[in-house]
Amino acid sequence: MAIQVFGFKNALGLLRDVRFWRIVGQLFFVLFLVWLGTTLWHNLTLNLQKAGIQIGLNFIQSQASFDIGERIITYSPTDSFGRALFVGFVNTLRVTGIGMVLATLLGLVIGLARLSDNWLIEQLAKLYVEVFRNTPLLLQLFFWYFAGFAKLPSIDSNTPPSSLFYLTNRGLALTWVSATAATGIWIGLLTLATLIAIGLWQWRRWLRIERGVASRTWLWAGGAIGLGIILAFAITRASPFEWNVPRLNATELEGGLQISPEFTSLLLGVTFFIASFIAEIVRAGIQSVPKGQWEAAKSLGLKPGVMLSKVILPQALRVIIPPLTSQYLNLAKGTSLAIAIGYPDIYFVANTIFNQTGRVVEVMLILMASYLGVNLIISLIMNLVNYSFQIKER
Amino acid sequence: MNSRPSLRFKPQSTNVLRNWLSISTIALLTALAGCAASNNQSQTASSPAASASPAASSPAASASPVQVEPTGLLAQVLSRSKIICGTSGKVPGFSFVNTQGEYSGFDVDICRAVAVAVFNDPSKVEFRQLSAAQRFTSSQTGSIDIISQTATVTISRESTVGVAFGPVILYDGQGLMVKKNSGITKIEQLAGKSVCVQTGSTTILNLTDQFRKRGIAYKPVSFDDNNATFAAYQQGRCEAVTADRSGLVSNRSKLPNPDEHTILDIVLSKEPLAPGVKQGDPQWANVLNWVVYVLIQADEFGITSKNVDQIAQSTKDPDIRRFLGLEGDLGKGLALKNDYALQVIKQIGNYSEVYDRNLGKDSPLKLERGPNKLWTDGGLLYSPPFR
Ligand SMILES: N[C@@H](CCC(=O)N[C@@H](CS)C(=O)NCC(=O)O)C(=O)O
Repeated sequence: MAIQVFGFKNALGLLRDVRFWRIVGQLFFVLFLVWLGTTLWHNLTLNLQKAGIQIGLNFIQSQASFDIGERIITYSPTDSFGRALFVGFVNTLRVTGIGMVLATLLGLVIGLARLSDNWLIEQLAKLYVEVFRNTPLLLQLFFWYFAGFAKLPSIDSNTPPSSLFYLTNRGLALTWVSATAATGIWIGLLTLATLIAIGLWQWRRWLRIERGVASRTWLWAGGAIGLGIILAFAITRASPFEWNVPRLNATELEGGLQISPEFTSLLLGVTFFIASFIAEIVRAGIQSVPKGQWEAAKSLGLKPGVMLSKVILPQALRVIIPPLTSQYLNLAKGTSLAIAIGYPDIYFVANTIFNQTGRVVEVMLILMASYLGVNLIISLIMNLVNYSFQIKER
Repeated sequence: MNSRPSLRFKPQSTNVLRNWLSISTIALLTALAGCAASNNQSQTASSPAASASPAASSPAASASPVQVEPTGLLAQVLSRSKIICGTSGKVPGFSFVNTQGEYSGFDVDICRAVAVAVFNDPSKVEFRQLSAAQRFTSSQTGSIDIISQTATVTISRESTVGVAFGPVILYDGQGLMVKKNSGITKIEQLAGKSVCVQTGSTTILNLTDQFRKRGIAYKPVSFDDNNATFAAYQQGRCEAVTADRSGLVSNRSKLPNPDEHTILDIVLSKEPLAPGVKQGDPQWANVLNWVVYVLIQADEFGITSKNVDQIAQSTKDPDIRRFLGLEGDLGKGLALKNDYALQVIKQIGNYSEVYDRNLGKDSPLKLERGPNKLWTDGGLLYSPPFR
């Protein structure tokens, strides 16, 4: 009897327990998701079957037989669809990676300019942010490509046969370095010298701290590197690299570092667009640092640069990093508009493939997985960075 | 001339976004379309019964017992009372939207002809603007009824992509266009040069093959939009642009100074262009086929939109009487009105009329008929018999 009453009470207690209902709620939600997932999958396979569309990834191995204009890994039309997708993926990564670095730097500069005491600088930074933040990325891409690059001088009889750099509507060509037989020896010796220099530096610092002797760290480290250079030159009797100067061959540019208008437009597009958001994030982050911190730093007599890098930014970064991560993710996704201006990113390749094979569903899944993969990696790295900037309890 | 590219911003931007949207929703739509699909099935399942007892279901039309009942897509189209036709809208002569939003062109007229056959009304068509890459996905998922967009018949499009092509309406080939003052006359001179091309087409594949065959290196610059491709070429990004020769002529007419551009003599491929439908609906495919054949056969009979009424009244030729639906029941067999051919000719015209006003001598393009003449004139156009 007592037990029963107890059990009854317990059941009643359970029903009145908010934690119990939370679990039930979540359980129902999970069941709902499972139901939704299976129904969608069932419908998908049913409809595909009805439409006579097969599902499978075997086509990945078939020959692509189309060309990809711009690439940094080797590819030929006889390679497989899988290889073509990979070429596109690398192209996407290239824009994403460089874009992230540039957008961060530009965003930081503009964000700081927004806080400048100089009225003109502040207003210009504000104008920048409002213009780039409030217009669609696609429009900006068209702007860079059709109103920007296309309007550059075209290659004609006035174009010099050789020049340190070319800026034309066929792209950019810069003088660049190219490796020679000596390059390997130079790199090897210089790496060694740098390692020794670091070691000497640490040793001299240790001597100063422990023994109180004059350290002259710079002299020692510089000496090691200087010796490395002299040695390398003595061995190779050549400069570490050759200048590769671009030149004109009939109507196309050759040599040097060639950067296509498509790549540059896309890079400029995503950089300027995302930098406008990053600028606001940087501004908000810096403004979130209490006034007292500024005053304390000033009263210590720190120079503005040191104040910013040692006192303000480390605190601001805690606020900046999480939303910055979102902007990096947006940047990665934004590059998928590349096809509009002819840059062969992974979406371009996918587009060509499903047109050729009709495998929309599979290619779409591969696309999603690729962007998801890139973004998960970005998130992971940024979470680690975020973690390292959090306040650590000592 | 300077304002031109900026005018193009809008259509391009919507186009790419739409590409993304439509293609990424396809998976979802296909998944969600479960209920709709099962409805279709019950419809199709019930219809054979209906057609088995035609007299009962359509007593009015039962002058002859052979009136076939519409099923599948044709039934859907009838109940929707319009045809959804996928086309480009950016290629003058084939499909182009003017400033009033009206469509015209060869591809457009094919859809209009089908609308006349089904509804006796050429305006009952809704056009969907697609990019070259979207065409077949849209047809595959059934979001359009007919794809009429300069599409080349190929084996893989019929086998793996799932398009059922109708009769060829234009025998074309791929060409290359360059600026006259470039002095280029042969494909070999394009070695190391950039060529603009549109993705989602056979064009990009032929280009690859032709250069590979000759062992010439070149740089393809590919866009997914027709206008972007030609804008990039016009602004000097590429030395040459490649597309179907008819497409080149058509797009050239949109350039600021058409005379400055020339199409090389070389023909890179065979491009038989045809409208198509989704595979698996023979009745609907038959409607498309035999509407296109009406245009060709009318040409062969010498029937035009001007003289069709008069011929219908006076002719004694049983072939022609059967063709126009004055006797026999050929139209009914397609689940259409028996005089559908007469109406199509009256409201749209025969092949020559359609060709001349859109691409040929009465159009700005002035494209030669070339192989697109009747077989009786030494061309390739040939309609199977109407009997
Ligand atoms: N016939 C070729 C090429 C067709 C093609 O690319 N046509 C262009 C015009 S020449 C087009 O329809 N473009 C549509 C658009 O991007 O709006 C094929 O079927 O792949």
